[in-house]
Amino acid sequence: MNNEKIIQVKSLTKKYRDFKAVDDISFEVRKGQIFGFLGPNGAGKSTTIKMLTTLLHPNGGEIMIDGKNPVSQPDAVRKAFGIVFQDPSLDDELTAWENMEFHGVLYSIPKPLRRQRIEHMLKIVELWERKDELVKRFSGGMKRRLEIARGLLHHPKVLFLDEPTLGLDPQTRNNIWNHIIDLNKEEDITVFFTTHYMEEAEKVADYICIIDLGKIIAKGSPGELKSKAKARSLEDAFIKLTGKNIREEEAKPIDKLRMRRRVFGGRR
Amino acid sequence: MRTVYILWLRQIKRYFRSKSRIIGSLGQPLLFLVALGFGFGPIYAKAGGGDYIQFLTPGIIAMSTLFTSTFMGIELIWDKEFGFLKETLVAPVSRLKIMMGRTLGGATVAVLQGLIVLLISLPIGFSPNWVALPLAILFLIMIAVIFTAFGTAIATKMEDMHGFQLIVNFLLMPLFFLSGAIFPINGAPAAIKAIVLINPLTYGVRGLRAALTGTVDISSLGNLGIMVGIALLFVAIGSYLFSKVEI
Repeated sequence: MNNEKIIQVKSLTKKYRDFKAVDDISFEVRKGQIFGFLGPNGAGKSTTIKMLTTLLHPNGGEIMIDGKNPVSQPDAVRKAFGIVFQDPSLDDELTAWENMEFHGVLYSIPKPLRRQRIEHMLKIVELWERKDELVKRFSGGMKRRLEIARGLLHHPKVLFLDEPTLGLDPQTRNNIWNHIIDLNKEEDITVFFTTHYMEEAEKVADYICIIDLGKIIAKGSPGELKSKAKARSLEDAFIKLTGKNIREEEAKPIDKLRMRRRVFGGRR
Repeated sequence: MRTVYILWLRQIKRYFRSKSRIIGSLGQPLLFLVALGFGFGPIYAKAGGGDYIQFLTPGIIAMSTLFTSTFMGIELIWDKEFGFLKETLVAPVSRLKIMMGRTLGGATVAVLQGLIVLLISLPIGFSPNWVALPLAILFLIMIAVIFTAFGTAIATKMEDMHGFQLIVNFLLMPLFFLSGAIFPINGAPAAIKAIVLINPLTYGVRGLRAALTGTVDISSLGNLGIMVGIALLFVAIGSYLFSKVEI
């Protein structure tokens, strides 16, 4: 692993009125690293990811992704990363192939190369045989695999994964992580992920940052964090570092939408 | 251009794949045509208005386009959290192109919906003037673009679907009823008339009715001019609000 910094964050801050969702955080991610960004609900994980991926403007501090600034050079940054969101962002009414094709056009990958890469990526995630099926017939795990394939189609340097294994069974989680680790090794892609499954983070992450109440409270390799907190597992260390209180998060409109989606099975 | 095209294509594909949605959304216009058309027809004729179906149908076509296009815009609320919007917002393309693609796609679907209503009105007894059909389609396109942009603008300011019923009852229904779609506004009280005259849909209904059943004259061009102006304004407002969307 080399020492090149692919993500650099300095004194990053995001305020909503008086509330500091992200409060003066700094960290660095090295090229080729699998970087875990952990924290309880409402700690500021999603807000940070949104700022890193050009969806939100920070109130202060500086971000560099592959040497580019998301605020002043959003399109250059957008080309440099791929992302799998917490909520599915596939179009259910389109086929797997069409979802990939759409992505390729948005990232202006020329047609012959696009076709070739779509085939390659769909084969890697073992969905090539089902490329012409509508995504709405896919299982949760298949959708996730397709999203990962899509996120990598434009050959990004960094892949952001916001709770990529949420709601999946252990077999599928294992399978998805194997895909991600392979891609990380073979294509030297930096992986930046969040998760609530501590044993998962312990197993796959090279380096971990723990954020709580908008501040980074610990960073290091899983081993370092465990010895620092004198804990046997990362989960114990996490609870020691962040406390036992359950975070009462106010229900946001998005939670109501998620609920409705579960009850009615998506739109229409 | 390719970006706008693929966003447009996506909406068209979605539309043709959800047959139940197409059929479902034809229920309301069909009901209006049959219930109002046959119900009020005799009274309208007795009052000297002539054939009510001829008067009503352009209004119902406009209604169907109005509802479809506004809903296509409001779909943005869903898309903000689930679906393609996030995917498109992190892609290296401008917000303006995304807005254009969405608006054109939504508007195309709404125009198709209007044309289907035109087709189902034929067996009910509507006999349009086919020569001016291109002009009628032009008016439909304007209605569709205006209200897709309108729906998008509303959706940028809404966080969930709770306000949805509010919009249907306090915006769409009044826009429809007070546009001259189902009754002539000549005899209406001044206050109602004033509202009708500031309603963009009014000019769309007028233009559509003139093209399909009446005589196309200089006032048609005036109506078209007004519609184009409003469309430009709404698309500009919609684009501005959309460019500010943070998720």
